[in-house]
Amino acid sequence: MIKTQNVTFSYSATQKFHFPDIDCSNGQTLLVTGNSGTGKTTLLHLLGGLLQPTAGNITINNQDILQLNTAKLDAFRGQSIGMILQKSFFIEALSVLDNVLLASWIAKKSKAKEKALSILDNLGLKDHVYKLPSQLSIGQQQRVNIARALINNPSVILADEPTSSLDDENALIVARLLSDLAKEYQSSLIIVTHDQRLKSLFNHQITLS
Amino acid sequence: MISKIAWKNTWFKPLNTFLSIILLTASVSIISILILLQKQFEEKFSSSMDNIDLVLGAKGSPLQLILSSVYQMDAPPGNISYTEAEAWMNKPMVESAVPLAYGDNYLGYKIVGTNENYTKHFDLKIQQGKLFSKDFEVVVGSNIAANIDLKIGDTFFGTHGDAEEGEVHDHHAYKVVGILAPSGKVADNLILSNISSVWHMHDHEHEHEGHSEAAHDHSDHQHAEGEEHHHEEVNPHEGKEITAVLLKLRNNMAKMTWPRIIPQNTEMQAASPALEVNRLFALFGVGISALTYLAYGIMFISGISIFVALYNTLKERKYEFALLRITGATKMQLLWLVLLESIFLCTIGFILGIVFGRIGLYFLSVSSQEEFKMAFDPFEFLWKEEGMLFLATLSVGIIAAIIPAIKAYSLNISKTLANA
Repeated sequence: MIKTQNVTFSYSATQKFHFPDIDCSNGQTLLVTGNSGTGKTTLLHLLGGLLQPTAGNITINNQDILQLNTAKLDAFRGQSIGMILQKSFFIEALSVLDNVLLASWIAKKSKAKEKALSILDNLGLKDHVYKLPSQLSIGQQQRVNIARALINNPSVILADEPTSSLDDENALIVARLLSDLAKEYQSSLIIVTHDQRLKSLFNHQITLS
Repeated sequence: MISKIAWKNTWFKPLNTFLSIILLTASVSIISILILLQKQFEEKFSSSMDNIDLVLGAKGSPLQLILSSVYQMDAPPGNISYTEAEAWMNKPMVESAVPLAYGDNYLGYKIVGTNENYTKHFDLKIQQGKLFSKDFEVVVGSNIAANIDLKIGDTFFGTHGDAEEGEVHDHHAYKVVGILAPSGKVADNLILSNISSVWHMHDHEHEHEGHSEAAHDHSDHQHAEGEEHHHEEVNPHEGKEITAVLLKLRNNMAKMTWPRIIPQNTEMQAASPALEVNRLFALFGVGISALTYLAYGIMFISGISIFVALYNTLKERKYEFALLRITGATKMQLLWLVLLESIFLCTIGFILGIVFGRIGLYFLSVSSQEEFKMAFDPFEFLWKEEGMLFLATLSVGIIAAIIPAIKAYSLNISKTLANA
């Protein structure tokens, strides 16, 4: 569950963002759309605690994340927020499985190997778990990102343009998959995108301007 | 897990890693060889010097006299008259005197004529058999016994001089009567006999020159020896020469004054091993310091190589760092990750350096054993010195990694991801 109130942010005196309030309950998907420069990524980084807003409240699971110091915020992010980025980033030297396990180790100091394998299996990556990420196709890499975001059962999944680098077919598959997984894991899913293909899939939408 | 990432990252860019490790290995192995060489060299020199205050020998270079008489490493400057030397050996200030007479060698191992004082002086133990008591009986050092397989009862002919290939004295055979216990001193590589063996070997040569080859037979030889023995009773050592005398003195005053008095009044000189060896070490030290500086220079370059490798990959790795941060890693964990990678490199470089240093020293030891009869122990570990070297290596790694690590620590994740 994630809620925001009157969140504003500015990079400079001339460039101010005032974001609409967000309220996304568990299992629900919120689509945030808008053209380039409307602050989509900025909003996502604010929600993920990567940026500090100039004013407003952001509450995740009844925790006001603005009250947390850096170290606590890092730990909270690891445990409660799963982020899926536009581009797939990996620790190149680690296998697909280790990349997923890394997230569980950093957040919980334990490696949920069984769970990681079952999620990867669920995402159709069973045969690729011991490969290096660079050996996978872009669509497969995106699914590894999803697995990594889900491994800690996060309360909130933040996805930044998760489908923009995928073809039509894969874009729809990934978007549905995300929304299904959010329901299954009872997470709030926020997808930030300019991808028009997704607009027809979700009815809960906000448009930034 | 951070260390696992660091470890995997180390091997993910093998070329960078390889370069840094080679440089580190080179510098660590050079330094460790130098440390071991210097320590073992000084140890060997000092232990052989124990108990010798002065060395009496022919005039010439005092260092040469010390090297030839105490360490058996150089040709002696010349011979001295036994009667003249005896006058000083019998003075009351002398606690013990060890006469040395060089003449022959066997397969490059010096045969030294001396008396039982030699074994007492250097605290040598007979492992097997007994000490020489008659002419041409010899006691061999432990290394020789092992290296050329000499046993008690074996006989051999000496070769004149100190070169392995020379005129063979095939008239008298030396007979092995004893083998010394290993002492770590020069005696391990010496063959000891009494002095008159050396004299007789060479007297015989002179007689031999006066005889025709055919006339030389065993009875003739016996006769010659008998004759000489008779002569000895009148004036035992008249005209005989020895090479040097090792002296231990009772009196500090004599230690100071003899080196001045003896050359003034005799055809001999008295040299102090401590003084000469210190001079040698000082000469040596310059070379060792130069090599050590060179090796630390290489280590510095390897530090730069690590720095460049880490710094260059920062640009591509900032996404990796951002990724770690969004999955909940703290800034400190990123700092630690970069430092660890460098520490891994340095540790591998250090271990390889120590191993290669040992291998290098082993080969050095084999060749110095052949040339100078001086062996080094490659398996000795100098915990203090090599521990310091490890700390130095680690510091190089940490210093090289500190700037890249701080860059990783202070990475702006939001900006990095937004510009991806």
